[in-house]
Amino acid sequence: MSKRFISIWFPHLKTDWFTLRQPELKNLPFVLRSPSHGRMIVVAANKVAESQGISVGMVLADARAVVTDLQVRDDKPDLVNKLLRRLGEWCIRFAPFVSIDPPDGLLFDATGCSHLWGGDESYLKDIIRKLSARGYDVRATMADTIGAAWGVARFANSCVVPVDKHVEVLMNLPSAALRIDSEIFERLNKLGLHRIHQFSKMPRPALRRRFGEQFLRQLDKALGQEIELIEPIHPIEPYQERLPCLEPIVTATGIEIALQQLLETLCLRLEQEQKGIRAAVFKCYRVDSKIEQIEIGTSRPSRNIKHLFKLFEIKISSIEPSLGIELFVLEAPKVEDLLPAQEKMWEGSGGLKDGRLAELLDRLSNKIGEKAIHRYVADEHYWPERSIRLATTLEEISVASWREEKPRPLQLLKTPETIEVAAPIPDYPPMLFKYKGKLHNIVKADGPERIEQEWWLQQGEHRDYYRVEDEEGNRYWLFRLGHYKNEMYQWFIHGFFA
Amino acid sequence: MQSAKADILKTLQEDILRLQGLRVADNNSLNEILGPIADAFPNGSFPTGAVHEFLSPCPENLAATSGFLCGLLSSLIGNSGAVLWISSSRNLFPPGLKNFAIDPEKFVFIDTFKEKEVLWAMDESLKCGALAAVVGELNGLSFTASRRLQLAVEKSNVTGFVLNSNQRLNTTACVSRWKISSLPSEKVGELPGIGFPKWKVELQRIRNGRPSTWDIQWTKKGFRQAQRKLVSTFFELQKKAG
Repeated sequence: MSKRFISIWFPHLKTDWFTLRQPELKNLPFVLRSPSHGRMIVVAANKVAESQGISVGMVLADARAVVTDLQVRDDKPDLVNKLLRRLGEWCIRFAPFVSIDPPDGLLFDATGCSHLWGGDESYLKDIIRKLSARGYDVRATMADTIGAAWGVARFANSCVVPVDKHVEVLMNLPSAALRIDSEIFERLNKLGLHRIHQFSKMPRPALRRRFGEQFLRQLDKALGQEIELIEPIHPIEPYQERLPCLEPIVTATGIEIALQQLLETLCLRLEQEQKGIRAAVFKCYRVDSKIEQIEIGTSRPSRNIKHLFKLFEIKISSIEPSLGIELFVLEAPKVEDLLPAQEKMWEGSGGLKDGRLAELLDRLSNKIGEKAIHRYVADEHYWPERSIRLATTLEEISVASWREEKPRPLQLLKTPETIEVAAPIPDYPPMLFKYKGKLHNIVKADGPERIEQEWWLQQGEHRDYYRVEDEEGNRYWLFRLGHYKNEMYQWFIHGFFA
Repeated sequence: MQSAKADILKTLQEDILRLQGLRVADNNSLNEILGPIADAFPNGSFPTGAVHEFLSPCPENLAATSGFLCGLLSSLIGNSGAVLWISSSRNLFPPGLKNFAIDPEKFVFIDTFKEKEVLWAMDESLKCGALAAVVGELNGLSFTASRRLQLAVEKSNVTGFVLNSNQRLNTTACVSRWKISSLPSEKVGELPGIGFPKWKVELQRIRNGRPSTWDIQWTKKGFRQAQRKLVSTFFELQKKAG
């Protein structure tokens, strides 16, 4: 099948945008100005102004002399790219590959799209109608090459160039239709080569010598002898399913049905390829050209429709359908291999390897955040805060062994808190301590257990830990930071024993 | 004659409990660990697949409660179980679990940012049959919330534990209410220092069972009744000596 491209040209893109926001400008001659070399230059003019003889590039003072009631606004230099991008995103409903073509156009790769609209003609007509309805002046052309479509859209009328007829149509167009520099264009004009058919049959070495390699490449691209690719604004995900709707969807139930259908088709495809989803995005294209999207992630590759649906379900309420959603897209940016054998193995065994636990953790992490879930393995450190390390997966097991020879408290304070202590002589356990305003008389004690700072990680004093029990039977973990002799010691409470 | 009558009564009682919807799980290893406490439960078996409430108003209390709880969990986990510990202000230190014969790697901690999310996460986790138990640290448990949790466990048969740090109590749908507080430990032989963890275990409420109070020690074999003798502490000895 031959390639088909559509080039869309907005002749008055900027002024149309201003008119949409200030409707009173619609029937007035109106230009945008921008400073250049100490003067004000007209950078865009609307239809009315153009019909009265104003052209882009004029000095503003001259334009004012020609049209006395000229309306002038300041130009917004960064507007065009943003505007084209937004329009391009909206146009994804027509074709999956849409690219912006600055300064005033869009390009589609429409190969194999038009049959959905019942033919090229009605396809193009629909695009023009919908874009015009948004308030933009539009010209669009469909052709076999990007170059031809671009040229015809700008130098002839909007039309569909039939398959394999683009060369004929191009021949009668002016040489500027080849997307060439103004310098080369002027040189061509000087030589009297105004139309493409005048030089397209000339020997290539002669053309190359006079106009350079770039010119020849543009000619080849327009004629289809060199392949030209477009760069889509949104890279197409290899795992993507689309669901257009006849009527705009506004209800949560409708969204759920759409999601369910998309998941079914996507998971069926993943099953055939033995893959599972690790991350998925559900996008809703609204009628008013905004995109609402929700994302999920899983800890293990999964193609369990029920599970994935549940993950999305929590977030569906955050979608705002506004006037309605007309296209749903489900993408899986991250997939991983998932063999059927693995799937079976995880089910129903109980414990950490059980698939149901992974699914539960997915649900929790999607609702309260991935950072909320912790699992610890032992680490090779004596310093209590460093003796555990976060496990990265559910399957990870400790390389180091858990130390049992010295008792560790069941409750450990996040940061040790200072306490007031009365202790008899160095290295004896304290007799009493005051914590949170309450005095505790110590009856029994174990210790000290000295834990040195790991100097290669952190500088500081060592800790002498004591395990003490007060008269009520509560058991605490206290430590003294530093030696007695230099009077720089301090007592802390660090934990509670059962 | 007398023993035959007792047997009939026992089977009839079990029938009544069964008709009331009580499931008697096979908890032999757990009941063995529980020692004297097991008698308080219906049919002498710890109710799994239910939600238990533990009162822990202060950090010392919380340590004692989590100690007792870890004793229970050590047998609930068995060889391959997993436990979810949900809290918004967790201080539990995994290496401390080793004292209760639990592999800390079997614990998954959910540290939520908001207290409200704890309840949601607990409700969701209790429905997951892959878990051995779910522990949630809460500040206050309303009747509605407790009933939701109870409904969740009835389907999955997971055991839930709520550590309630709120002083004000209200009626809940939980199967039991416990309060654990520390007691001075007993000397092991003539060794100085701190002995086995010892608690006063109050079973304040138990559905179909007999509430009671014990002095319990955690030993290598599980929970054991502490000797009821008065242990004169170092502190008292000091006082006596003047």
